[in-house]
Amino acid sequence: MPDASLALRARSPTRRSEALGAWLLTLPAALSFALLLLLPTLAAIALAFTDYELGLIPVWIGLENFRELLADRGFRRSFFNTIIYVGLVAPLSVGLGLALALLIEAGARGRVFFRAVFFLPVVSLTVAMAAAWQYLLHPTIGPVNTLLRLIGVTGPAWLSSSDTVLISLAAIGVWENAGFNMVLFMAGLTAIPRELREAACVDGAHSGWSRFWLVTWPLLGPTTLFVVTITMIRSIRVFDTVAVLTRGGPNKASEVLLYTMYTEGFTFMRLGYSAAITLVFLVIVLALMWVQTRVLDRRVHYG
Amino acid sequence: MGDGRTLLRDLPRLALLSLLGLIILSPYIWMLSASLKPTDEIFRANLALIPERFAAVENYSRVFAQVPVGRYLLNGVIVCGGILFFQLLFAIPAGYALAKLRFPGREWVFGAVMLGLLVPPHVPALPLYAGLAALGMLNTYAALIIPSTISVFGIFLFRQFFRSLPDDLIHAARLDGMSEGAIVWRVALPNAWPAATAFAIFSVVAHWNDLFWPLIVVTGTEYATPALGVLHFHTEEAGDDFAALMAACAIMTAPLILAFLVAQRRFVEGIATTGLKG
Repeated sequence: MPDASLALRARSPTRRSEALGAWLLTLPAALSFALLLLLPTLAAIALAFTDYELGLIPVWIGLENFRELLADRGFRRSFFNTIIYVGLVAPLSVGLGLALALLIEAGARGRVFFRAVFFLPVVSLTVAMAAAWQYLLHPTIGPVNTLLRLIGVTGPAWLSSSDTVLISLAAIGVWENAGFNMVLFMAGLTAIPRELREAACVDGAHSGWSRFWLVTWPLLGPTTLFVVTITMIRSIRVFDTVAVLTRGGPNKASEVLLYTMYTEGFTFMRLGYSAAITLVFLVIVLALMWVQTRVLDRRVHYG
Repeated sequence: MGDGRTLLRDLPRLALLSLLGLIILSPYIWMLSASLKPTDEIFRANLALIPERFAAVENYSRVFAQVPVGRYLLNGVIVCGGILFFQLLFAIPAGYALAKLRFPGREWVFGAVMLGLLVPPHVPALPLYAGLAALGMLNTYAALIIPSTISVFGIFLFRQFFRSLPDDLIHAARLDGMSEGAIVWRVALPNAWPAATAFAIFSVVAHWNDLFWPLIVVTGTEYATPALGVLHFHTEEAGDDFAALMAACAIMTAPLILAFLVAQRRFVEGIATTGLKG
């Protein structure tokens, strides 16, 4: 707005009072930002290079925490568990979300109803629903294994066996995230011009399947990449289900980054070490966000 | 496409959706069913959803006797309400200033907002905990509310929304002699209800369901939020009393689900547009 700035320069006192007013309006946010976000984040990064424990004076120990992390089998387990969890939840919940969106958008009936049903897990109290899942997956009295017994299969101890615990948690993660992804895909689908699909139909793509591969999927590509990175950023934060259902067990088989960070920092009170884990977590999140911005850039050029 | 279809041709699609819907709803269905059953029926592990003998009154009254349900729900309302109040109080004026006013340092403030968007709330948690502990503020409402009072995402959202507010509207208000502060609350905010509602839903859902931060700063029941309350009860029961546990879960999950069912469209839009932050 060059004309507006000229007008403002001409009326300097007004401009000064505008700047003053603006600063007064921004001040509460700026202060709380500095005190509650900026300083603690910088402090967390600094703490990662100290041996800080609550009540003691932190001593700078350089990369010692990270050296310990590399040698710590528990942490390595936690790190790879998190990657496996994200590796399962992201593709499966994106795939299910896309399938649900396509199914719902393929007709007019039941649109609002089914959208509500699939979105329900997003607004539900995760802790409570985790407990409900625990009952569903209970090895002896759970409905899932009771059902399996009916067809002659002995179900595993889903959440208490180290072979299945991560898969079970990932299943709950897919259940939690699919509805959210569905809504993002529904928004992406409505952005595709209807004429394109009709044109494809005229050109011989009569089956819904070939129309999907010819028109919908390529145009939905950028949305899909975006939903994948969003889901990865969301699912790398897995904490609630682990805290309620497994506490990282059995034998660290479901230890994940944020839960390890929580126990090191707030159970064992090793805040410096915990901060180092936080830093690893932050670096991964930032890397994912960087990928996401690249994806978004490409989406802009696409259009 | 779909509008012209006959119901018959639409049936396979509806059947598949219903099947998937039943799978998604199964935790809720079994949770409710177990909360109505006497414990011995649960341990008999049959697949009947309807109990042979209804024990709803016993189960739910056991929950109310053992768990300070009202306390948890009240804490949830106080914490979510407090957080939302301060988030709006800080974010709306800042968003307005960033969108509509020229001042030195604006680019810096906006840069800080964009930077803040990159940091998950778990990162500043350790120093915030140490600071609150040093001030003797653990186990208070303040400890639950203060760290979330700044929402860079809220600032960003309101800035985007206020940018499309007509300048003429603001000029007219200035000519009427209104201060910038008055313009924010009496001109800008009434025009920003869609953004404010979306943000409010996003914020309340996130903090009602949050377990991480309450678990860090609260011990005991006095200041426990619903999420923390369910966790406590879950630990105490240790899998012995599924009926009461499921009843407690149903009670704590109900408020948000009911709100969602009443204002379904707003919830979906609110969370899908704002939740993009991740």
